[in-house]
Amino acid sequence: MGDPPILQMTGIRKAFPGVVALDGVDFSLRPGEVHALMGENGAGKSTLIKVLTGVYGIDAGDIRLGGTPVRFGGPLQAQHAGISTVYQEVNLCANLSVAENIFIGREPRRFGKIRWAEMRRRSAALLEGLDLHLDVTAPLSAYSLAIQQMVAIARAVDVSAKVLILDEPTSSLDASEVDRLFEVMRRLKRDGVAILFISHFLDQVYAIADRMTVLRNGRLIGEYATAELTQMQLITKMIGKELNVLERLEEEPRTVTAGADAQPIVEAHALGRSGAIAPFDLSVRGGEIVGLAGLLGSGRTELARLLFGADRPDNGRLEIDGKPVALRTPRAAMTHGIGFSSENRRTEGVVAELSVRENIVLALQAARGWSRPIPRRKQDELVARYIDTLGIRPADPELAVRDLSGGNQQKVLLARWLITEPRLLIVDEPTRGIDVGAKAEIQRLLVELADGGMAILFVSAELEEVLRLSHKIEVLRERHLVEELDNTGGGVDADRVMQAIASGANP
Amino acid sequence: MTNLVRHRLFWPSAVLVLLLASNVFFAPRFFTITLQDGHLYGSLIDILRSATPLALVALGMTMVIATGGIDLSVGSVMAISGALACLIIGGLPDQDSVAGVLIAVGVALALSALLGVWNGVLVAVIGIQPIIATLILMVAGRGIAQLITDGQIINVSSAPYRVIGAGYLFGIPVSVIIVAVVVAAAALIIRRSALGVLVESVGASPTASRLAGIRARGLTITAYVFAAFCAGIAGLIFSSNVASADSNAAGNLIELDAILAVVIGGTALTGGRFSIAGSVLGAVLISALDITTYTIGVPAETTLLFKAVVVVVLCLSQSAAFRAVVFRRRNPAPVTPAVEVSA
Repeated sequence: MGDPPILQMTGIRKAFPGVVALDGVDFSLRPGEVHALMGENGAGKSTLIKVLTGVYGIDAGDIRLGGTPVRFGGPLQAQHAGISTVYQEVNLCANLSVAENIFIGREPRRFGKIRWAEMRRRSAALLEGLDLHLDVTAPLSAYSLAIQQMVAIARAVDVSAKVLILDEPTSSLDASEVDRLFEVMRRLKRDGVAILFISHFLDQVYAIADRMTVLRNGRLIGEYATAELTQMQLITKMIGKELNVLERLEEEPRTVTAGADAQPIVEAHALGRSGAIAPFDLSVRGGEIVGLAGLLGSGRTELARLLFGADRPDNGRLEIDGKPVALRTPRAAMTHGIGFSSENRRTEGVVAELSVRENIVLALQAARGWSRPIPRRKQDELVARYIDTLGIRPADPELAVRDLSGGNQQKVLLARWLITEPRLLIVDEPTRGIDVGAKAEIQRLLVELADGGMAILFVSAELEEVLRLSHKIEVLRERHLVEELDNTGGGVDADRVMQAIASGANP
Repeated sequence: MTNLVRHRLFWPSAVLVLLLASNVFFAPRFFTITLQDGHLYGSLIDILRSATPLALVALGMTMVIATGGIDLSVGSVMAISGALACLIIGGLPDQDSVAGVLIAVGVALALSALLGVWNGVLVAVIGIQPIIATLILMVAGRGIAQLITDGQIINVSSAPYRVIGAGYLFGIPVSVIIVAVVVAAAALIIRRSALGVLVESVGASPTASRLAGIRARGLTITAYVFAAFCAGIAGLIFSSNVASADSNAAGNLIELDAILAVVIGGTALTGGRFSIAGSVLGAVLISALDITTYTIGVPAETTLLFKAVVVVVLCLSQSAAFRAVVFRRRNPAPVTPAVEVSA
């Protein structure tokens, strides 16, 4: 089949104390192809990349780059050899200019002095090549996350253009930005760059990948051409069992069970914060899942933060159980039974340094105050129960949360709020960047919680999941809440929401 | 065995043992502890005694650093506390009055705590960076101490006050007992309540902590108050030991030794996880280092240099990356010549 592989990994084995992360995995990458690495959280995708880029050594196996055996001592050596990685979180300096970011550490110099003009010219040319027209002297922070990501890619490609690893590049991009990224990827493909692509969005994988390699529990399941595998077959291979949770959710009629006609738990009247979200009306009842739909930057998160007291509104009023309240801090919202799981899992969610146990009890402990510690036995009991219910892996309560995969960190965060027994749980992007299995579990959990009478405000960039779970969909556009759609019974389809997003009139 | 080596206090402990052992070559009776007049005497006792003010200051500093802050004013607080206590005792009709001394101690500690409130409010309420906020009191504090003593060194001759820094109980120096009690009580309160974990959470991630409903402000102020309180006790021990209040010498540069003790003890300056035992160990180590320079007979002019070398060695021994280079523990993973690293 065509070109010889530029990268060939055979029989890779990597063990950590107590767990074999990779067991005899083969992987090959050809020039000019987009190759997707698929698998659930903990399947070994990240480990494979870290082994390839020299972050970890390997216990057995062989890595060949362009036919020569290689063994890198670290990402920098890998980069010099022609393998660059762009991670989910953009690893650039937001306060430096675009050009500086592209050339940082390898600035064109003359007699030790940086040649700024040369640097700007070359940066602009490089970006033009990717069809990006930016002011390269502007600070990187002036551009959206998507553009920042493309700058990171431009840098990676310019540094070394043989193998490009894109680890979850699309998880914080919206649809049009993803299209733009794919356009860039196709250009690179034409130039003969081999791209290793990791994404949890199956649709995207099918849109861009030529081939895919599936891993499960550190073992190689197989390598397939994208065309020869349906999405359903792929999912089955990834999780190793028939996945019917998703379909089951699909078929279940969305009926509000408890307290549908009761008084709303939270009611916002013309609540707003200038520069963040225009005044909006919104009510959430017990047993109801209210979905927030809209493009990235449409004000979804800003709206959610107002309801939790994370930001303070500057107009309108908020009623809880029909009584006006002012939520000045998250703590105040918590005393009214509101919980909030942030979209920025790592910076605003879990505390990476602390253990799983400490993270899970954190909110409950904060509510009790420092002088009333939760007895250790009670902690262990609660934590064990939630590790079990949510399937947090590894199931070690004393492990630092930073050592958990993204999906498991998300579950820890959910567990933190669930043990506070909130009446309204606000979840912002709870399924972003996590695998299909965990995603379905989290969706099912939310449905169950709502069935149990909890009110849920569900924020997600993925329209399908908003449609699948929500009884009511609030559509946002350009920081305005433009329309409310009743989805009890599942009457709303994606087109209807898209239409609202596209044409919604700003009040 | 490997677990022992991996323990974060292994390397400082090892350096401490090495340091103590090296003294034996110069002073064969270094480890000998004798009982004279019902008091324990010996170099090890000297080390513990001289470590007491530093151990207290390091204890308080640990909590402040755990919140992600730093407190430069502890030395000045020591000076103020000692100065105020001596001023009050000096004004007593009977300097040997136990009640009078207790009042002096109480007032000095109350003022110390108040100074901690000042630091805490500047940092947590007004939002000044900790290093700048506490620099204010570091500089102004010496001035306040000078004002209290009117620029003089106040000498006191109070037997009860003398007990704090120079007395013995059951043969053990009272200052060592005080520190042991304070450290034990603090460790108990901090670790048995949720204070420890909440402070660690705030230090490790202020944003996530706020969204988890933690009121960081109160915790941060508490940490600065605790640090100043500990410094206050340290100031009393120091001034009691020399039976005078010297506003310039008391706690001079102790903030830097305290920060060093905390770092040696494995608490990161960025905040988060902290170790009280580590900080106390760090303080003892620094004190042992001072005593060692005397027994070994390091010339006075090179004492600081000698200390610096030991500290550098200690810090390097705590760095896993450095140990790997020295002991070649990590599997060498060289690049093949085909992909030679080029600059």
